[in-house]
Amino acid sequence: MNVIRPYGDTLDDGKVQLSFTLPVPDGAKGREAARKLVLSWGFLDCEVVHSAPLADDFSFYVAYGKTEKSIDYDTVVADQASADAAMGMDECNEFIKQHIGRKVVVVGACTGFDAHTVGIDAIMNMKGFNHHFGLERYPELEAYNLGAQVPNEKLIEFALKVKADAVLISQVVTQKDTHIHNMTEFIELLEAKGLRNKFICIVGGPRIGNKLAVELGYDVGFGRGTYANDVATFICKKLLEKKQA
Amino acid sequence: MRTKLDLPADRVRHARTLAGRIAQPVQSFIDGHSSVTVERATLRLTGADGANADGVPVPNLVVDQIKAADPLFLEDGVLLRYVNALVRNGDTVEALNAKIAAGFNVASLPLGDRATIEKKAAELVQAGMARIKANRQRRGVKQEQFKGQNNSPLLYLIVATGNIYEDVKQAQAAVVQGADVIAVIRTTAQSLLDYVPFGATTEGFGGTYATQENFRIMRAALDEAGDKAGRYILLTNYASGLCMPEIAAMGALERLDMMLNDSMYGILFRDINMYRTFVDQKFSRMINAYAGIIINTGEDNYLTTSDAFEKAYTVLASQFLNEEFGFRAGLPAKLLGLGHAFEMDPTIKNGFLYEFAQAQMAREIFPEHPLKYMPPTKFMTGDVFKGLAMNTLFNFVSKATGQGIHLLGMLTEAVHTPFMMDRYLAVDNARYVMNNIQDFADDIEFRQDGIMVTRAHQVLKETIDFMEAVDKTGLFEAIAAGMFAEVKRPKDGGKGLEGLIKKGPHYFNPFEKQLAAELGLGGAQ
Repeated sequence: MNVIRPYGDTLDDGKVQLSFTLPVPDGAKGREAARKLVLSWGFLDCEVVHSAPLADDFSFYVAYGKTEKSIDYDTVVADQASADAAMGMDECNEFIKQHIGRKVVVVGACTGFDAHTVGIDAIMNMKGFNHHFGLERYPELEAYNLGAQVPNEKLIEFALKVKADAVLISQVVTQKDTHIHNMTEFIELLEAKGLRNKFICIVGGPRIGNKLAVELGYDVGFGRGTYANDVATFICKKLLEKKQA
Repeated sequence: MRTKLDLPADRVRHARTLAGRIAQPVQSFIDGHSSVTVERATLRLTGADGANADGVPVPNLVVDQIKAADPLFLEDGVLLRYVNALVRNGDTVEALNAKIAAGFNVASLPLGDRATIEKKAAELVQAGMARIKANRQRRGVKQEQFKGQNNSPLLYLIVATGNIYEDVKQAQAAVVQGADVIAVIRTTAQSLLDYVPFGATTEGFGGTYATQENFRIMRAALDEAGDKAGRYILLTNYASGLCMPEIAAMGALERLDMMLNDSMYGILFRDINMYRTFVDQKFSRMINAYAGIIINTGEDNYLTTSDAFEKAYTVLASQFLNEEFGFRAGLPAKLLGLGHAFEMDPTIKNGFLYEFAQAQMAREIFPEHPLKYMPPTKFMTGDVFKGLAMNTLFNFVSKATGQGIHLLGMLTEAVHTPFMMDRYLAVDNARYVMNNIQDFADDIEFRQDGIMVTRAHQVLKETIDFMEAVDKTGLFEAIAAGMFAEVKRPKDGGKGLEGLIKKGPHYFNPFEKQLAAELGLGGAQ
């Protein structure tokens, strides 16, 4: 047992910072509505420390609440792609040389109508992101970044053409669950063509979780804070696993 | 403004000369070509509007009918056969549009007397031009009425709900909070559609369809909110993608005030064919120029793709090229909202000084241009508190260097489309900073051997080196070779090439001719 609560300035004080908008005018009544609303969420006390008008019928609140709710930290299981620490770029290359013995081919794209290349670029572009070089920089990888708005059919066609080992899909836009549709369609297309086992299928994006990805039939899902070496580590370990199977 | 950077005027002139040399061969290509969307834009300016039961817009139906009858007919310009149908049937434009939507084929009629067609076309051109001119005057009157009431730089906010009626609520709230400019971001897929949807729309992904009806709805809403707030509110949309000139035409007809409109963005970042893009951008910019619409160019995209510190010169080079292509389309400096962005890695030591130098350099090289400054996006994380701090520095640089159009950064940039309170916090932050440093720019000078001056001179030098290489290679070839944005775009690759049209010896486009004459452009056919 390791019971924890939010920490303000004293152990177990349960202090939580909140900010939100209400569709009512700013004023004493709005502030009282905000306070009662926070209490209704189960907070023991609430102080509305700031309010401001946003428009005629909208107002903004900053509030602090105190909660008694706790969680047993030891029972928590995280939605993470891998329990292992990721290898660095050099380690990945060394791993491929030793265990795979040929160049590993990776194809990446942002699929469907999603026009945001920022995610796939962060993982694949030479430069990488935040001092983690992208997959194009890995000498033991042959990386193809197809960019954004790539139809699933085109992606599969290309992956077959270059004999890809892994396919990387980036999904940034999640409005109206468009990412679920795109992700599902990709797997269904692969399955319909009997190609699902040909590729390691990876999906990533700021609002993608591993649990969701696996549910939809991917090998893994990477969320916020993922770097190229996390992805490369997964690919080469999975390839070895497939080789040994 | 007194110079702080003391950039060598002869080198800046040299860069402009290079831009002119780089653009010249492209210009020759443009002059000999039209495209399906240039033709459709011409039809729209004439009044072609509406859609058939399947949602195919009338301008597309007309172009497709003519192409199906004989692809060579396109070389005459499609207006010829559209006006021919008007003359032959004795219809009004509205009646003809309805017939076309119901299945009537304009290409089924034999061509009548050319002089009669030209006379009728001239009337339609006059009517279209008069409508655009009236919009321009209306804007002028409003801006005169509310003179001095806008923020400087103009505070620019985005709405993006997908539903135009919901957008209206958010936009009107943003005006109450202090916005000067409202941009309705487009739905994700629209740049790659080779048609503009018809009517009001309530479904979109990550944005709202640009349609003429949506333009009209938002224009009315912003006029109403602006009259209440005592400011003229500028409306922005995107004349980019495969329908660049058509969207410019719609914006001109519905009194939009700004358009995102870049000479090369579509090629590099949307994989649209380069020939198509260069042709389309020219006509779209002529329309924008006549309508008094400020264009916003997309240099920020170079920095979200590549490293903002190392590739700073690509921004300046693109600004010179956008300026050159803009001038060639009749856009004066005051309508050239050249873009750049605050996108350096926040962990760089002295990064703020480099950002400051870059923004000041743009200001001094393009003194009359309403520069469009974009906020940090690439290094924004879920840490909204850090995000707010980064936006504060961005606000500081923008005011301290006298930028023209300031796209407000959202503290939740990497998290979700903005909540109403996110916009409020952004405006509040900007107003605090900008009021607090109101006259800062006039009160400081830079050390001539300091980090900022050295940096600006270095970037200018790298820009000229790069432009010399592009000049030597040729712009088409340079793009194909991946010299821009680290992406290779083959000349015959990309989307939309099939929509390119070679102008025939009897190419008929009185709108283009009239626009060129009004804008004082030479070389009009």
